[in-house]
Amino acid sequence: MRRCVQALLAVLRRYAAGRFRVDATLGWLLIAIAFSAVAPSWAAAPAAEQRAQPLHDPELERRALALGHRLRCVVCQNQSIAESNAELAHDLMNQVRAMLQAGKSEQEIVDFLVARYGEFVLFEPPFDARTLLLWVGPFALAALGLFGLWSGLRRRQQQSGVGATLDEAAKAQADALLAGDSPSKTETRVAKESS
Amino acid sequence: MRWKYVVPLVVFLGLVVLFAVGFRLNPREIPSPLIGKPAPHFTLPRFVEPSATVTPAVWAGQPYLLNVWATWCVSCRQEHPMLMRLKQEGVRIIGFNYKEIRGDAGLDARKLSPEAEAQLAWQRIGAWLKTGGDPYADLVVDLTGRAAIDYGVYGTPETFFIDAKGVIRYKHIGPITPEVWQDQLRAKWLALQEGS
Repeated sequence: MRRCVQALLAVLRRYAAGRFRVDATLGWLLIAIAFSAVAPSWAAAPAAEQRAQPLHDPELERRALALGHRLRCVVCQNQSIAESNAELAHDLMNQVRAMLQAGKSEQEIVDFLVARYGEFVLFEPPFDARTLLLWVGPFALAALGLFGLWSGLRRRQQQSGVGATLDEAAKAQADALLAGDSPSKTETRVAKESS
Repeated sequence: MRWKYVVPLVVFLGLVVLFAVGFRLNPREIPSPLIGKPAPHFTLPRFVEPSATVTPAVWAGQPYLLNVWATWCVSCRQEHPMLMRLKQEGVRIIGFNYKEIRGDAGLDARKLSPEAEAQLAWQRIGAWLKTGGDPYADLVVDLTGRAAIDYGVYGTPETFFIDAKGVIRYKHIGPITPEVWQDQLRAKWLALQEGS
């Protein structure tokens, strides 16, 4: 983790110094930013009271609202039927209340609505073979991205030789060079780059 | 290591294709789980005879379109001339009036007694069918919208394609325009007739 942060900082430092190449890392970075820009936005809506017909039993009403918050309003789509002010949301909320009052269980009510409006009404889709990609996909993508970043940075580190230690022979050679011996020019360049 | 340059490009192009397809889909069109299932049962008053009630069983034997509408629904008014044309072409359309009074944002139905609500609804429907023409072979009135919940109705107009055995074969969301009828719906209607 620390290595990742350090590597990221190194990339940023180089970017600030104007030495950044448009390469694969930047490409992946842009893709990551593009995805984070599509983050969900929650609209806080006032609770719908006008046409609601709350139950007299507070415990039953609490259960109705809790269930309503888990069910999507098919008209406004990003609100639950408990929050939405749409006509149909009120109708469905009152339907939920009536069914709870008639002694139906939460599961029976959910099944009732799914049979009519489809699984779209569920804010939390069931975890099965069809929705596997939906549930696992984001984590798999993130893991893939992190792995790519890690392996790319590691390769770069190896290529640039940062952190490589000098063995005894190289150290002796370097000492000799610093002391003023004059080997051929090519050797000097190689030695400098590896130090 | 050229693939490092190719992979982001491929991913980018993949996203372009995904968005190009995804943004063209209409998120308002929710597939109905009722396709292939028998049309749900209801007992509703007939427009022509408010004291009598009917169930969908009375329409079985021949395919029909169940058209969900209301006079306050602007798209339904736009659709109406097309329904008249379809009637002339021999399409059997059953009307399903949806929350004629309670669904109208311009009215406050809570101030009305059930009798007054029914009276006003019949009055409005009658006036509309007189001016625009009556395309319906039969018409039922669902004042509360409870029967519509069983059909998964979430807006108007919606049109269900129901075969001779009373099974829902297709659901069209939004008004039936001449283009939509020609391009998609006509073939579905003909398929229903062949099946009977």
